[in-house]
Amino acid sequence: MLWTRKDLLDLQSLSVEEITAVLDTARAFRAVGERTIKKVPALRGKTVINLFIEPSTRTRISFELAAQRLSADVINFTAEASSLKKGETLKDTARNLEALNADFIIIRHSAAGAPHFLARVLNAHVVNAGDGAHEHPTQGLLDIFTMREKKGSLQGLRVTILGDILYSRVARSNIWALRKMGAHITLCGPPTLVPRIFEQMECRVTSDLEEAIADADVINLLRIQHERQRKTMFPSLAEYSSLFGINRARLAATKPDVLIMHPGPINRGVEVDSEVADGERSVILEQVTNGLAIRMAALYLVNGGQAASTETPEQAAA
Amino acid sequence: MGIEPTWPAWKAGALPLSYTRNGPDHTGRACVVKSGAYKLRPMNSLLLLQGRVIDPSQGLDAVTDILIRDGKVAALGEGAAAQAPPDADRFDATGRIVCPGLIDLHVHLREPGQSSKETIATGTAAAAKGGFTSVVCMPNTVPPIDSPSTVALVHERVASEGRVNVYVAGAISKGLAGEELGPMGSLKRAGVVAVTDDGHCIQNNELMRHALEYSTMFDLLVMDHCQDYSIVTDGVAHEGYYSAMLGLRGWPAAGEELIVARNILLAERTGARVHCQHISSAGSVRLLRKAREQGLPVSGEACPHHFTLTDAALAGSDEFWRKDGQAVLISGKSSSALPFWPAYDTHVKMNPPIRAAADREALLEALADGTIEVISSDHAPHCNYEKDVEFDDAPFGITGLETELALSLMQLYHAKRLGLSELIARFTTGPARLLKLTGKASLKPGSDGDVTVFDPDVEWEFHREDTAGKSCNSPFYGWPMKGKALATIVAGRIVWRDPDRAASESIQQQNQTNPTSRKNKKI
Repeated sequence: MLWTRKDLLDLQSLSVEEITAVLDTARAFRAVGERTIKKVPALRGKTVINLFIEPSTRTRISFELAAQRLSADVINFTAEASSLKKGETLKDTARNLEALNADFIIIRHSAAGAPHFLARVLNAHVVNAGDGAHEHPTQGLLDIFTMREKKGSLQGLRVTILGDILYSRVARSNIWALRKMGAHITLCGPPTLVPRIFEQMECRVTSDLEEAIADADVINLLRIQHERQRKTMFPSLAEYSSLFGINRARLAATKPDVLIMHPGPINRGVEVDSEVADGERSVILEQVTNGLAIRMAALYLVNGGQAASTETPEQAAA
Repeated sequence: MGIEPTWPAWKAGALPLSYTRNGPDHTGRACVVKSGAYKLRPMNSLLLLQGRVIDPSQGLDAVTDILIRDGKVAALGEGAAAQAPPDADRFDATGRIVCPGLIDLHVHLREPGQSSKETIATGTAAAAKGGFTSVVCMPNTVPPIDSPSTVALVHERVASEGRVNVYVAGAISKGLAGEELGPMGSLKRAGVVAVTDDGHCIQNNELMRHALEYSTMFDLLVMDHCQDYSIVTDGVAHEGYYSAMLGLRGWPAAGEELIVARNILLAERTGARVHCQHISSAGSVRLLRKAREQGLPVSGEACPHHFTLTDAALAGSDEFWRKDGQAVLISGKSSSALPFWPAYDTHVKMNPPIRAAADREALLEALADGTIEVISSDHAPHCNYEKDVEFDDAPFGITGLETELALSLMQLYHAKRLGLSELIARFTTGPARLLKLTGKASLKPGSDGDVTVFDPDVEWEFHREDTAGKSCNSPFYGWPMKGKALATIVAGRIVWRDPDRAASESIQQQNQTNPTSRKNKKI
């Protein structure tokens, strides 16, 4: 068995074999998405609850669709409409959902570690859909899946992650997964958003954009989460864009086959110009497609499904 | 001569630690709360025999006897036994350390208003069990202790329910709001031994300056919880590798150091005595050391959790034991038996936060060289359901009274950083000098008969079901501990006695009793 975990909480704790199992299984599920009938019966009769305590559209929809394509029943639960507003604790809310025989809880929460907390108190499978500034494991997986599909291998790949690292769960999931898979990571942005402490996670940290992107194979642009930031992190979006925004001129100084990635939603004109976001090196929409396959693979594996192997990528879908 | 078995004396004194909320007591019997009952009994005499008496107040370290009579130390030394009245209770302290009663100047007893977390009865029971004969309770209660009437209420509750001495710290600012000066003079008259807004920090430097200036009129110690809100913001964990890795909002060390520096500058300007509570960072230690070298009236305290744990504990027990926990282990303990906790365990969330290994090292050095002269627990009880939430949402703080002595012995005495006498001083003369307590922290004849008897070498484990306090928010359950209070004596009354060892001691003593001495034995 390549996968024995009840939950998917973070990428830090996964082994190379486990990460590879998810990627290989996702490849098989991506093939399912290209068929005319896009549904498989893997989770028929199972109930998946999207417990989103923090607003999200794309991740929630991606998980919802992934569960549906696996034939599970899905319920969406958002904080605005919930008892959490009435003062019920997260633990009580989740245990109530479990009492309704939910099999999966997919949780998005503003508090780091909230999925880990739930995983300890629930028998249901818990999948982390983003916890505070900690991790967003399915995003990290879909990012490295996209890199692997495009570049063949992650070993020795030079990946530059640009922007708001400090507050980014996407950055942390990317860092762990890329490190484990043998890639070289550069983090770039203003020191207020990219503190030196990340050097202790075996990343190169720099505020020099030109240096950071010159030899990069992949540039993963993170969204400037201006709604989360304090006023003192950087002066203005305009200044950020002038210092770190990726535009056509800057792209010209990179490797010709560099991949431009972004977890979305994009702030056009801030971290990336439209002509780059929509340009030929951009794989931003492919990431979205791959995200669906990754989430199908994640749900399938935590449910006890057999992982596909690299040699026979179509097996799991068969 | 015959030594009176201590067990009957203990029973007669209604003294076994007893409480109802946590079920049966340590001996397995259901029992009722009798806290405070000992105070109603007529004054007695207690003779402590042949303990190794260590009293930093007089530089004493010798095996000898102590007689406590009518609540005061009546005699110390060779002649003490001879002066004992025939009906004196006797306590064989052979092989034990006997020292002035330990004092903890930073404890949250949660009364009035938060008795679901702790009460004066349960909090002082925990103190007694931990070897503490005196505690100072913090004013961040509901309502806060910011008026003479609240002080009086606490004193009243202590008189009826307290098991050990309780001193009260009053608020610096009205309602702990940090805006207006509280009634320091009236509080002093009502009996407070210090003022503090603990749990909060006065951000307004002018108010702090005036508080300090005003305090000099009463020579009252001003204690400060050092936290600059503007830089700490909503931080929940030490800003460093682990906060970055775990995605927890950082509580930077500079947030403490800025206020420590401010307090030093204001102490220099006003001449007031400032005490920095629960110092947690190496930078604070550096500032404090320099200020004290200059002779400024500033002091600091350190808590066992800050000099035992590190931020690696945030990532779970595996990470902690693999990294920074090595320095804490008692040699000979197998790593498989070590306690487990998960990542994001809210029982390692406190304010200020547990910091990096270098900070822990700096605190231990500061305790060793006297830069920090006081050890306190910052005993902060919270209900289970309050801690059983997401890390961000959990309240800061852990209980500490029952593990304080053991962790201090492990990290300082057994780690060969401090001798027993210096360690005892951190719990006795250190706090007593700052608080200007009279009659405490000494075994000189005429002092209050407060004594702690402990064994620094007893190995034990702290278990949830043994908790004397009302709350169980300790990260130290299941930890291998070394060193334990075996008896706590307040004004000559044994208010707590280790039940396991009390039983075995009494048997031992009966075996030792020879036929000639048996006739002298009181039945």
